[in-house]
Amino acid sequence: MNLALKDVRHNFGRFVLTAIGIGLLLMLVMGMGGIYRGLVDDATLLVNRVDADLWVVQKNTRGPFAEISRIPANAEDRVRAVPGVASTNDFVSHTIQREQAGRTLRMTVQGLSWPQDKGAWLPLIAGRQIEQAHFEMIADKSLGLPLGHRMVLGKDTYTVVGLTRNMASTSGDSMVFVTLADSQAIQYDQSGEAVRLEREARKSRASDFDPGRVQPEILNRAAGPSSGIPALGPPPVSAVLVKITPGADPLRVASTIASWPDVSVYSADAQRQLLVSGMVDKSRRQLALFRGLLIIVSAIIMALILYTLTLDKIHDIAVLKLMGARNLVVINLILQQALLLGTIGYGIAYIAGQWVFPIFPRRVLIVQEDLWMLAGIVLGISILASLLGIWRAMRVQASEVIA
Amino acid sequence: MVSAPDTRVVEAFGLTKVYGSGNTEVRALRGIDLSLSRGEVIALLGPSGAGKSTLLTIIGLVNPPTSGRIMMAGRTVVEDGQFAVDVRSFRRQHMGFVFQKANLIPFLTARENVQVAMEINGHSPRLAKRRATELLDYLGVANRADYYPSTLSGGEQQRVAVARALANQPSLILADEPTAALDSVRGRQVMELFRKVAHERQAGVIVVTHDHRALDVFDRALEMEDGLILANPAATAPITAAEVDLRNTSGPSNQDRSKPS
Repeated sequence: MNLALKDVRHNFGRFVLTAIGIGLLLMLVMGMGGIYRGLVDDATLLVNRVDADLWVVQKNTRGPFAEISRIPANAEDRVRAVPGVASTNDFVSHTIQREQAGRTLRMTVQGLSWPQDKGAWLPLIAGRQIEQAHFEMIADKSLGLPLGHRMVLGKDTYTVVGLTRNMASTSGDSMVFVTLADSQAIQYDQSGEAVRLEREARKSRASDFDPGRVQPEILNRAAGPSSGIPALGPPPVSAVLVKITPGADPLRVASTIASWPDVSVYSADAQRQLLVSGMVDKSRRQLALFRGLLIIVSAIIMALILYTLTLDKIHDIAVLKLMGARNLVVINLILQQALLLGTIGYGIAYIAGQWVFPIFPRRVLIVQEDLWMLAGIVLGISILASLLGIWRAMRVQASEVIA
Repeated sequence: MVSAPDTRVVEAFGLTKVYGSGNTEVRALRGIDLSLSRGEVIALLGPSGAGKSTLLTIIGLVNPPTSGRIMMAGRTVVEDGQFAVDVRSFRRQHMGFVFQKANLIPFLTARENVQVAMEINGHSPRLAKRRATELLDYLGVANRADYYPSTLSGGEQQRVAVARALANQPSLILADEPTAALDSVRGRQVMELFRKVAHERQAGVIVVTHDHRALDVFDRALEMEDGLILANPAATAPITAAEVDLRNTSGPSNQDRSKPS
């Protein structure tokens, strides 16, 4: 006869409520792990997805994620000329916030080196890749923008042609993808007045030095669009992504590029490491600490619940001892209930998590490895928690029945 | 020549029990000798503090005596404050307990309460269940087998408690004021139940009681006072005078049994 199950059967309502309480507590522990995983996954998502072998960034910076990086757009041409480089792409990424139909949309705009890169690497769930040089965008589903939706960014109107799922930036903002040129147009968009003031300022500066005074054409150029002035290059990019030729030595290529005085080079692994150890490290440690505290709190609460359940049965335990029950009978009664509570609590945590976690504003990523680890932790705290009850039960004397 | 079988269930020699020490010392038992045979039912009478329950817990191997010796099943089980057997194992094999409160386990049904006593003694669940049903039937509460204790009347609970005490076919049943919570009719029924099981199952029964109305049910009544059994308990007088049908048909008279063997 399984006394633990008999007790549960008789006090079913109370047991279920207790299990729900423990389950919700374990769901928080599970959620903490999932938030941490989501944080790291979001942080490394782009690095993993773009699948570049090398990241070329501004000299002595840890860009483009950990800090700002700006390198000239023509750096891509130089990099492409290095032996062992198969292909290159410019990388431009910036975050904007816009009001859309009465709600705030915060999104990270990612530039694609169209036409080489049309977004084939993106996990499209609807629509298509970018097929024209301007004014098309692929948006993450979490932004709530439907296919065909038109949206004004800068001075242009963009149409949503494709949708992705779970594409978020290192800071957790949902991503949109446009061509590199469009991305820069959005990033460096200025009002007409600001453009006019800048042109007037350039004209004023040009008229103050000799070539400007003697060459009227210079003054005309200075008062015109920036693109008409050879001295002013195109806007900088954040990084250049490098794909190595199969069989080429990545270290050798990296060492060649790193010898240039204006850039630094990171491998994809190094870039991931920079993200995890730099950007998310504090959050990671904070979550780990909080998770540890939650586990301790769960263990204490479980111990107190089991202790209370044991106290409720202390007279019955004394009766069992008087009848000659071995200690193992009593230990089994408490331990099995602890394990049952832990197991049911864990199941409730998992099921409730499936409903609750998708509502969280940031991604909660539950992976198999974490589930097994939590199962082990639950098993451990169930056993530990039962020790307090077992200790109390062992102190009960058969004579207490008579008393 | 074949020797007569030993019918004694328990023999106690010079039992003493002292609680505390110095100024707080209480001598609960002052040298008790007691012998109980199979099929015999004896009552322990006396005022509160006389030492009845203490004697019961010592014979039940729940507490050790300070000094003295107890023999059961032909061997010494406790001597001079030391148990000579695994007390829990000995209790589950040889003893049954009934108390003022039935002390049934609330999360088990009546049948399971009886069944669990057998299972912890190593019987298979199937056999235990069958025998538990038989015992409840024997005690007239088979129709309440699947009910929880909280739904049973006090008398029904006590019958289930008696069934549980009988579960492992004990040679000794110890009852501490088993009728105190019952009305006189049900109290007498329970006392007669002890008489019945003692005679039919050849168990020795010791009952601590204040209820003088049912003394005719017992083979002997021992009056206790200040930790001693009185030499000529007046309480035995009404028993010998009573002509109870059950007693006439179930063995030797109280006077016979009271004689030293």
